[in-house]
Amino acid sequence: MRRVLAPLLALCLLTSAAACGSEAAKDEKVKLTIGLFGDFGFKPLYDEYKATHPNIQIEERVSEYAAHHQNVTAHLATNTGASDIEAIEVGYISQFTAQPGKFHNLLDLGAGNLEGKFLPWKWQQGLSGDGKSLVGLGTDVGGMAMCYRNDLFAQAGLPTDRDAVSKLWPTWADYVKVGKEFKAKRPEAFFESSGNMFRAMVEQGSQGVYDKQNNLVVDSNPGVRAAWDTSVDAINAGMSAKLTAWTPEWTAAFEKGSFATIVCPAWMTSYIQTNAKNASGKWDVAAVPGGAGSMGGTHLTLPKQGRHPKEAYELISWLTAPAQQAKVFKATGNFPSAPELYSSPDITGFTKDFFNNAPIGRIFSDSAKAVKPQYMGPRTGDVFTAIGSGLGRIENGQQKPDEAWKQVLSDVAKLK
Amino acid sequence: MSDRLYRWDLRASPYLYIAPFFVLFAAFGVFPLLYTAWVSLHDWTLLSDEHPFVGVANYRELFGDPYFWNALGNTLSILVLSTVPQLLFALLLAHLLNRPLRGQTFFRLGLLLPNVTSVVAVAVIFSQLFGRDFGLINAILESLGAGRIDWQNGTASSHVAIATMIIWQWTGYNSLIYLAAMKAVPRDLYESATLDGATGLQQLTRITIPMIRPTIIFTVVVSTIYGLQVFAQPQLFGGGGPTGITGGNDRQFQTLSLYLYEHAFTNGFQFGYASATAWVMFAVIVLGAGLNYLFVRKIRSTS
Repeated sequence: MRRVLAPLLALCLLTSAAACGSEAAKDEKVKLTIGLFGDFGFKPLYDEYKATHPNIQIEERVSEYAAHHQNVTAHLATNTGASDIEAIEVGYISQFTAQPGKFHNLLDLGAGNLEGKFLPWKWQQGLSGDGKSLVGLGTDVGGMAMCYRNDLFAQAGLPTDRDAVSKLWPTWADYVKVGKEFKAKRPEAFFESSGNMFRAMVEQGSQGVYDKQNNLVVDSNPGVRAAWDTSVDAINAGMSAKLTAWTPEWTAAFEKGSFATIVCPAWMTSYIQTNAKNASGKWDVAAVPGGAGSMGGTHLTLPKQGRHPKEAYELISWLTAPAQQAKVFKATGNFPSAPELYSSPDITGFTKDFFNNAPIGRIFSDSAKAVKPQYMGPRTGDVFTAIGSGLGRIENGQQKPDEAWKQVLSDVAKLK
Repeated sequence: MSDRLYRWDLRASPYLYIAPFFVLFAAFGVFPLLYTAWVSLHDWTLLSDEHPFVGVANYRELFGDPYFWNALGNTLSILVLSTVPQLLFALLLAHLLNRPLRGQTFFRLGLLLPNVTSVVAVAVIFSQLFGRDFGLINAILESLGAGRIDWQNGTASSHVAIATMIIWQWTGYNSLIYLAAMKAVPRDLYESATLDGATGLQQLTRITIPMIRPTIIFTVVVSTIYGLQVFAQPQLFGGGGPTGITGGNDRQFQTLSLYLYEHAFTNGFQFGYASATAWVMFAVIVLGAGLNYLFVRKIRSTS
């Protein structure tokens, strides 16, 4: 306070004393830092916000997904270095809602009346175990769809119309069957990475890799094993492009069009669009096999270290308000967690040229509405990484499925 | 009186002059080293405020972990694959540059260029060159009819790829050091050797190498220390994400530093366990450097 006031006071003395006075405190600049991973599409919103809040300065700190969450964990543990606002992805959120003392309770800051604005399960994910503190406000949800290359489908003699394609695969077993038909005609891979497909299958279930007491259920949940077996079946049929998500090879594969389908949470659409600039109109969006599910999605949290909880809360409640979420969706494809938008014609009528004019607003609305909420345990993200590596070892012929599964179980057991 | 003060000044001042280095070294070198040893004897995770003393349990767990031995093996393999060709190339290059050449400064600068490039840039470019589907090296291999190599997923192939990055970056640096040493070898030795009819290669093996042995020992030791600590090259080769930290799906190129990082930062912030790893790494490096020193010295006494 004194640091800011002293120069202001000096300024008063230097110019005319009349202009200053009690107003000084009000005009005090507040700098808010916001820690994100990837592009959240917030940049244009900051300018809009600053127009109505001239005393707020916003500084964005962006880092890579895994590094970002590690840093947040370390900064909270050491009680130093966290931003005023930190984004937490759903794969990590339970790890943080388990320590609500490290965050400002958003309910104390007035978030209670916002509950109706969010999907109930999205709201729930941001609450602490006892339900007494709210750690984060939801930004987007990862309602799932299946993106596919209609040109490759046509060359394989498969239907290209998105409704007809959706009818091809009510279940994942059907999806693998279609993949086999595709592989009989085409040299391209059917999907990019089996780990991604595996994760989609598991996240559609009523239970994932943890039970509600935070015990790992990788070996006891039959859904996990079934998803593993389906993935192995697809790998053995040679459908995988054997890529690891987020690697340069993976990115390049979009541009070269070397695979035909990819599980497509709403946020994936923007990656496809940036990575496959030359393929406009060739991509389209159909329903995902196995019904609805959510993959990914983020919350904005306020670490206790932040010194401007009031201002920061005001900013995140504005950023996550339906009007702003709608703008972010149109700019980036990140799908809103505000259900009132799902019936708004502004969203349901939204199409994208790149995806052959697919009505992505309607597709992702339907998907998000049908999601059965799944409890996410503390290390869900790391568990999926370990299983993805196991599937990768099968893809590359380094291990037989049984060996890979055994190693996966011993690897996840070591996650503390 | 002033005489005694003068003598005292003479005796004490040198210590005062070198003190800054040793004070800084104690604060940023010795203290962390000893503190790490202390931490390694505890169950010390960043997320919990209690750090119970566990004795050598971390070391016992470490030696019982097959992933640790795997990482040690990978590190040694990459060390050998990178250091041996690197120093041989460097010696050869230095020998060639030690002749009367036009544009010496240009060539010497060129040698140093790869070394001043950022490790990250080198690793990213080489990872693209060694890409499975769209990499330049596979494109060339295929056009020669040799077929594609999945560089990243094979154990040997990934070690070769990573060693290539290290060789490319450090060969020039080492050859400059060799070149400097060669300049100090008396010219008349070469002149008389030439008169006696010795070839260029004979001059290299009989005169140059024996004369610059202390420098060779220095580069071998330094390269060993560096090679046992490689981190950025394998990490970025694996795509930078979680697969980079584990060194591929099968941990086929996870080095000791990556293993340490995995436990310190991605696997629950187990600083106690990671500190134990750090100390074992330190021991491995001291041992490796020591063995290499004896090995290179032995060559001197036999030739």
